[in-house]
Amino acid sequence: MNLNEVAVLAKPCLSFVFSLVGCCQRSSRLLVARRPWSSSPVSSPPLHKRLLLFLTERFYDVEMLLRWKSGMKWRGLQKKNAHYGYTENIHGANIASAFYILSLKGGFRFVGQSEWFRANRRGKFSWEFLKYKDTPLEEVDMSHTIINYIGLSNLETQQSLRTLSVRGCSEVDDWFLARLHVFQDSLKELNISHCPRITTGGLAALRNLKGLQRLDMSALQGISNPGLVVILLEEMLPQCEIIASGYDYSVEPEGVYKQSGQG
Amino acid sequence: MATWRSLRANVRHLGILPELRRSRGFRPSRRGLMVATPLRNDFFKDLEAKLSDSRKKLTDALPGSTWSPLDINPDLPPERTDIVIVGGGVVGWSVAYWLKKKEGIRGGLKVVVVEKDTTYSQASTVLSAGGIRQQFSLPENIGLSLASAHFLRNINEHLAVLNEDAVDVQFNQAGYLFLADDKAAHVMEENYQAQRAAGAQVCLLSPTQLKEKFPWINAEDVALASYGLENEGWFDPWSLLNAFRRKAISMGVIQCHGEVTGFKYSSMQATLEDGQLMELRRIKSVRVQMPNSLECQPVECVLVVNAAGAFSAKLAGMLGLGLGCRETLAGIPLPVEPRKRFIYVFHCPDGPGLDTPFLIDHSGVYFRREGLGGNYIAGRSPDQGEEPDISNLDVDHQFFQEKLWPHLAHRVPAFEKLKVTSAWAGYYDYNTLDQNGIVGTHPLVSNMYFATGFSGHGLQQSPAVGRAVAELILDGGFTTLDLSRLGFRRIVDGEPVFERNVV
Repeated sequence: MNLNEVAVLAKPCLSFVFSLVGCCQRSSRLLVARRPWSSSPVSSPPLHKRLLLFLTERFYDVEMLLRWKSGMKWRGLQKKNAHYGYTENIHGANIASAFYILSLKGGFRFVGQSEWFRANRRGKFSWEFLKYKDTPLEEVDMSHTIINYIGLSNLETQQSLRTLSVRGCSEVDDWFLARLHVFQDSLKELNISHCPRITTGGLAALRNLKGLQRLDMSALQGISNPGLVVILLEEMLPQCEIIASGYDYSVEPEGVYKQSGQG
Repeated sequence: MATWRSLRANVRHLGILPELRRSRGFRPSRRGLMVATPLRNDFFKDLEAKLSDSRKKLTDALPGSTWSPLDINPDLPPERTDIVIVGGGVVGWSVAYWLKKKEGIRGGLKVVVVEKDTTYSQASTVLSAGGIRQQFSLPENIGLSLASAHFLRNINEHLAVLNEDAVDVQFNQAGYLFLADDKAAHVMEENYQAQRAAGAQVCLLSPTQLKEKFPWINAEDVALASYGLENEGWFDPWSLLNAFRRKAISMGVIQCHGEVTGFKYSSMQATLEDGQLMELRRIKSVRVQMPNSLECQPVECVLVVNAAGAFSAKLAGMLGLGLGCRETLAGIPLPVEPRKRFIYVFHCPDGPGLDTPFLIDHSGVYFRREGLGGNYIAGRSPDQGEEPDISNLDVDHQFFQEKLWPHLAHRVPAFEKLKVTSAWAGYYDYNTLDQNGIVGTHPLVSNMYFATGFSGHGLQQSPAVGRAVAELILDGGFTTLDLSRLGFRRIVDGEPVFERNVV
């Protein structure tokens, strides 16, 4: 009896709920169908980006402003990496390279010296390095700086460079690796880990570094088959010790292996 | 009771009613006979559809919409435009991009690119091996390739579109390796001097150095080798073509799928000193025929750019170039003809590894690595007089067995064991005079610009050639690279400007 009464009361509510559910199912189907642009699994961009995109498609001014913004960013990068020709003319190539490295908040060590010259977090550095006008650089640490292909022109004169580290540099790409051929006789250690723009095509350019003894290529996001690439690199540079950590070497599902075995 | 239960069961199976979970004390009569509800739902659904239809019709009829009662083909090119670029390959789209980049004010130039085959089944661009090198003998060629390499390095600054994926041409920085025998060694040394002077990063290798650098090579009959250290390698031509196209379309270039079948031009007679009559022509409009149709659209234009690649001579013939008397200017045809070249893909398990350069043997055979799985791509230019038939793109597999494999196996002993997995053929837009590109106007037709005849290095020079043609059109002359030696004058005078390093 109790249940009967409950059923009697619940029936209109239930019918209303079920019709609502049906309505929601229909509208959710419509929602899914109305989003053909997001075919990638990445979720839609945040609200301010979507608003900017909406405005860019409708107003020339917004498009121009966004283009200026990215153009200015690129020009600023090129300006910071410009060739320090003036310093080179006045103080010589070694001081120019040293000044460039310190301006970009890197660090270096002269040949025969044991102390490292670095800029602190705010970009301040001591001018002690001006004493060593004729000493070339032996080790350079440009980790987490904005060095790029053009900036390497400031380091090209350092023919006795033994160690170079560009760990975590966001502007280091395949063309930068190809330009490293200027150090082919002297470079012994190279650290290119955590650089997002390097791909397999650029690693082929490392063949020119005949004297390379240590290469650190951990956690490169641009490489698609890290295991295979590391093996090929070891074949290409037999005297070199290659460090490649931070990759997922997990085994593929069995079906794939079976096919590759027969094909 | 049983009948009501079975009725409810039938109704449930028909899917009309939603399932009621706790169904004790149900009233089957009331629920089973509620057939009026579905009808009402249909009526409202129809009403909604009808209302939206009539709303759409109303917005179409009001001014500002694109509906028109006359049935016009929407794919026709515009009736009037500034520049028509004939040919939608990488050179054509590169010219379109650079024209729009240099136009000065937004919408200052109206550019239409006409392409007859949007599947690109016979286009040289997509069938190319995709290599780029600076190892040429002519300084203009070296300059063009170097400028194109710099363009590819900064490709995202040039061709990135707002809020779309970045351009990735998958550039492999592996370099080119040219091998020379005793007879050609001095030529290679002279070329090396020219390349160094123009700024290319190349180095010469002796046979021992070659063997040391690439232990898989057989360097017995090699006298000298020339190796590119930087800015040389290969990339994906389809990505470059699509990047140019996407950026050009975003800047307002109009793409038209159709074939150019004729021109309307005005003529002016001029008398030379020796009494010869010369007919100067000026193109007024281009006739574009729609695909699979007899429908034509005349497009009035100011300039025409001939970037039709292997089919450029046919286009020039429509203007009467080459059809006049042999001794006159009008009798000199455009010396570009299609030549078929084959590319074979083979797999070799023990072949050279990641550092395989684009190797070009002194016999003319070339090969390069493709991917990481031990696959390679090889090809060769056939000897004089043995040119394959150009009417189709069928592959001659005998050519590989007889002409390629022996040389490959001789140069790389590991290639004695290989298996050809695939092959394709493509056309070179071969310049029969001197195998170099033709960039410039014809003396008789003042508003047709040529950018064709690159004979196998059109892809690698396309960004720089596009810029050069845009400078010629908009600035009146070459500003960054001087390509006047590659103009039409050498063809009229019959003085070839030879390129010695043609692959």
